[in-house]
Parts: sequence; structure tokens; C-alpha cells
Amino acid sequence: MRIAVCIKQVPDTEARLRVRGDGSWVEEDDLPFVINESDEYALEEGIALAEKTGGEVVVFTIGPARAAEALRKALAVGAARAVHLSNAAFLRGDAISTGQALAAAIAREQCDIVFTGSSSDDLGYAATGSVLAATLDWPHAWLVMGFQLEEGGKTCRVVREMESGKNELLRIQLPAVIEVQAGINHPRYASLKGIMAAKKKPIADIGPADLGLDPQSLGAEGAIVELVSVRFPQSGAGAQILPGDAPAAAKALVDKLRNEARVL
Amino acid sequence: MATRKVWAVLQPRAGELSRQSRETIAAAQDLAAMVDATVDVVVLGASVTALAQQIAGEAAVERVLVGDHQRLEPYTPGAWVAALAPAIREQAPAYVLFPHSYQSMEYFPRVAQQVDGGIISAVASFRHHEGEILWTRPVLGGKLQADVRVKAQRTSPVLASIQPGAIAADRMKSGSGTVQPLAVDALASLQPDREILGVESAAKQEVDLTKAEIIVAAGRGVGGADKMGVIEELAKALGADIGASRPVIDNGWLPRDRQIGSSGQTVAPKLYIAAGISGAIQHLVGMKGSTCVVAINKDPNAPIFAIANYGIVGDLHEVLPALTAAVREAKG
Repeated sequence: MRIAVCIKQVPDTEARLRVRGDGSWVEEDDLPFVINESDEYALEEGIALAEKTGGEVVVFTIGPARAAEALRKALAVGAARAVHLSNAAFLRGDAISTGQALAAAIAREQCDIVFTGSSSDDLGYAATGSVLAATLDWPHAWLVMGFQLEEGGKTCRVVREMESGKNELLRIQLPAVIEVQAGINHPRYASLKGIMAAKKKPIADIGPADLGLDPQSLGAEGAIVELVSVRFPQSGAGAQILPGDAPAAAKALVDKLRNEARVL
Repeated sequence: MATRKVWAVLQPRAGELSRQSRETIAAAQDLAAMVDATVDVVVLGASVTALAQQIAGEAAVERVLVGDHQRLEPYTPGAWVAALAPAIREQAPAYVLFPHSYQSMEYFPRVAQQVDGGIISAVASFRHHEGEILWTRPVLGGKLQADVRVKAQRTSPVLASIQPGAIAADRMKSGSGTVQPLAVDALASLQPDREILGVESAAKQEVDLTKAEIIVAAGRGVGGADKMGVIEELAKALGADIGASRPVIDNGWLPRDRQIGSSGQTVAPKLYIAAGISGAIQHLVGMKGSTCVVAINKDPNAPIFAIANYGIVGDLHEVLPALTAAVREAKG
């Protein structure tokens, strides 16, 4: 069974963020990068399935050269090989241009199932996986909290999150795109052995020509939606910050809660 | 020249015009005024014609387009995409708005792929700026806001999901429109894309936080199951219930029935203390109705501070014990 996992390398959102002078994005120079959180869970789901079925995980990413780091981490936890779409033509796309390029790469590798995260921690449109499924014309499920391959290997049972603490239990035919939610499993850590083995596993860099795609349909060129600017939310509306050390701030807060907000 | 159209695709719940439906219609009306367009409402489901007629009698819209077919209930992405995409291709609305919900998020990007449309999800607001529409949405876990737009020269339809509460439901203008059926007969022969086996509660609901008056909520910042003591002490001092954001539950620090947010319980206490919670939308949606929100976080840029009434920037492991002591002293 060939299992595709699509991951994205994103800035570590725990890090201090600074907006660029021109407001176009955040300063990336000294930012730590990580594998997108829900993609880590997708990777674990894919590797666990590969172990169960004797299959292999092929991990895909669209991203600049630094994204190879994320691919190595994926290889270190058990992916067999990686496909990197690093050509500038693929980059800075929207869900449509990105999803369609990934679909072409996955189709070329003849995969039986795709796992990916439900949302990225940088732009968070939460749409690329669904566009990917639509392009492949495969069924999909979004915000999946449980996955199980059924006997026969042609269908799977999926638990999909609905609002208000309810889950829907579904049966979906393979091939399919499964977009998982963080918390579906417990991602394994890379062992030293895995990290060493990863250095020898292949990362293939493929370009638009390999996929038979017109560069105009890819990345920023092919995108319909573009980012104009980013900013920190207005600090006008928002919390009254109580200053001082912990005891002083705590006392001031209790005072406010009693006498101003009157909730205590 | 054909008039531009803004569509509001509803997610009917129990055959009634829900608050979020009103918000979506209001958003469509606001957008239509900005771009000189008319508004149509789209209602998909089974036995929804009566609801469509009700909306047509209540809302200031041009038409209520109704796709009434057995295959549309319960929802499946396959059927909803099959009903909506051809209608969009045929009638070419410039904008199609959806309520931002787990259901919309699952299927509307697929509709967009089918109609070569732009995808803009989780919209917090939109405005007219120098001849174009700018859409504002959260990025980087809600730490920043981004303005996005459709690229110049692109004539693609724009499909956008509007966050709950982004536009007030009572902004929906009253009026009337006409009901028109959408062509959905072809759904009868559509191959299903999934089989629904059942619906279940995510957790045994042992704790009902929806009625709590005071809640102390633990976030990722607490740091571990063994570090929950500071939360418990404060809750005891306040006579409060304990809740949590998603990462705390996923890490197994607290049981799932403590979860507050879009995947957990929705609460509206008079006092909500969020400790070590960054304030991602999925959490905010579950506690926005709180009368008074206090946020404690060591990151001064945490999005939670934008919606809180009071905040303390600091290490919760120092702040909470100080707060517990101050509460005990005040109570005497």
C-alpha cells in the first residue's frame, strides 16, 4: 500500500513574531520552523497504517529549500521517501494552485490514500487537502479524529468531528484523502537510528515539467487569492492589563472583579 | 449588463432560520451594498421548501434558491457539491458566502475547485478599499490578522466562510424575495461519496459546564497533568468549575468532558478565567458568551487578550497562586 502524507513547514507559532517593515508577512530570518502540527498527526497516522499493512509512506511538501528539513524529520520517524516541490513556480500559492500541484505529484506516484492535516498553522485556510481531493476526484473527510482501515483494504472507517462535542462515524471508499485533526494519535519521536537512516533515504525534487503542469497555473502565478498585509490585532479594544508583579496584579484584578465588573 | 449577485448558502438546522443563518444573510447584504449587487439565499436539504418560503417572506433578498432533495439530508460533501457547483457555474454569482462551520469547511473548498473559485475561509470582517474588497482573517494561530484579496484581473467567483459573530444577526435587513428551485434531480443517480454509520457524543458528558457561573480554564501553558494544582486551587477558592482548551485534552492532562470550544462545550459563565490559553478561534467560539473574561498568559501578543476584559501578562504558575491568595483574602 502506498500512503501519501502531505506536510507543510511552518513558522513555530510559539516563537516571538515580528511583522516586516512593509507589512507583507513576518520576519522569517531568525524564525524557527517546524512541521505543521496537524500534519505531524497525519504523518503518524500514515506510518502506523504502513506498519499495519506492510506499506510505505511517501511524504510530499511544497516549500522552499528549507522545507527539506521537515522532510528529513518525516523520514526520521518512518517515511520511506520524500518528494519535494521546491521550484519557485510552486511557491506562495493559494489552496487552489497548491492543492492542484500536490494532486499531480500524488497521482504520479500512484498512491492509495492521502493523509494530511486539516489546517496549517501559518495561513490556516484549511482548504488545500479538500482541493487536493477534488482534483483527484477522490472522496475526502475533514477534521478526522479516528481512522481505521477495514478488512479487505478497500474501505475505511472514519470519525469526523462535528460541532458541539458530537462525532460522525463514516465509511469511505479508497482511494481517499483523510484530513486529520491534532489529537487523533500520539506522534512518535525519531530515534537516533531513525535519524541516521533518514540521511540515506531519497528526497526527489520534481518540477513543473515532471508533472506536465503549466507554470502559470502554479504557485503565486496560478493563485486566485493573495495576501496583502498582516498586522497585530488592534490593541485598543481588548483587555485592561493589570501591571506589576504577580501579587500586585492579582490584588488589582480582584479589586476590579469585585468593584468594576461586579462578578465576584 | 447582468446584475452582480452575492449568494448566502445556509446550513439549515432543524428547519429554522438559525442565528448563524441570519448572520450569513446579513453579511451578504452588507457585501452586496459595497459592490452594487443583489442577494440570493441558497437553501439545501430535504423538505426545506417551507423554510425557503419563510426566508423569502422575512429577508430583504432577491431570491431564495432552494435545492430540496432527499440526497441532501443528511449532509454529505458529494451531494452538496453536486447541488451547488453546477448552479454557481450556470448563474455565475460573483460572491458565495458560507457560515464558517465544520460542515462548510469540509465541502466548500471542493465547490471552489469545481468552479475555479477563490477560497477565503474564516473571515472576521471585510471592507471596500480603493475599488476592491479586502477580507480580514486570522493567521498564525490568530496572533496576527491578515488582509487578503482576489488578485487583480481574476474574474473567478469568491467563496468565503464568515466566522460566527463576525456580523451581527440583527443586521439582517427585513424584506421579501421570490423562491426559485435549483435543478437537483440529477442527485438521485449520484454515487454516494460516504456512508454515514452513526453519530455519537465525543465524550461521556459527566460534567456540564454550560451551567457554570465561574470557570477557570487551563491551557497549554499549564505544562502538564502534574502541574494542574494551581488551577485546582484557584477554582476551589472561587467556587468555580474547571474547563480546558483543546491541547490540554489532547495531551491527556484533563478528561475530554472538560473541553471548551467548537469541539467541546459552549459556556457562558459570568466569570471566565483563561490561564495559559492563547485564544485560537476554536476555543473562543466556546466561551465568547462569557460576561467577564480574564486572561493570564506570558505572551503579551496572545490573541486571547484582544477579547478579554482583564489581563495579566506573566507566568501562570506565579500569577494563579497570587490570585488564589488575593481571592481568599477578599472573601475573608
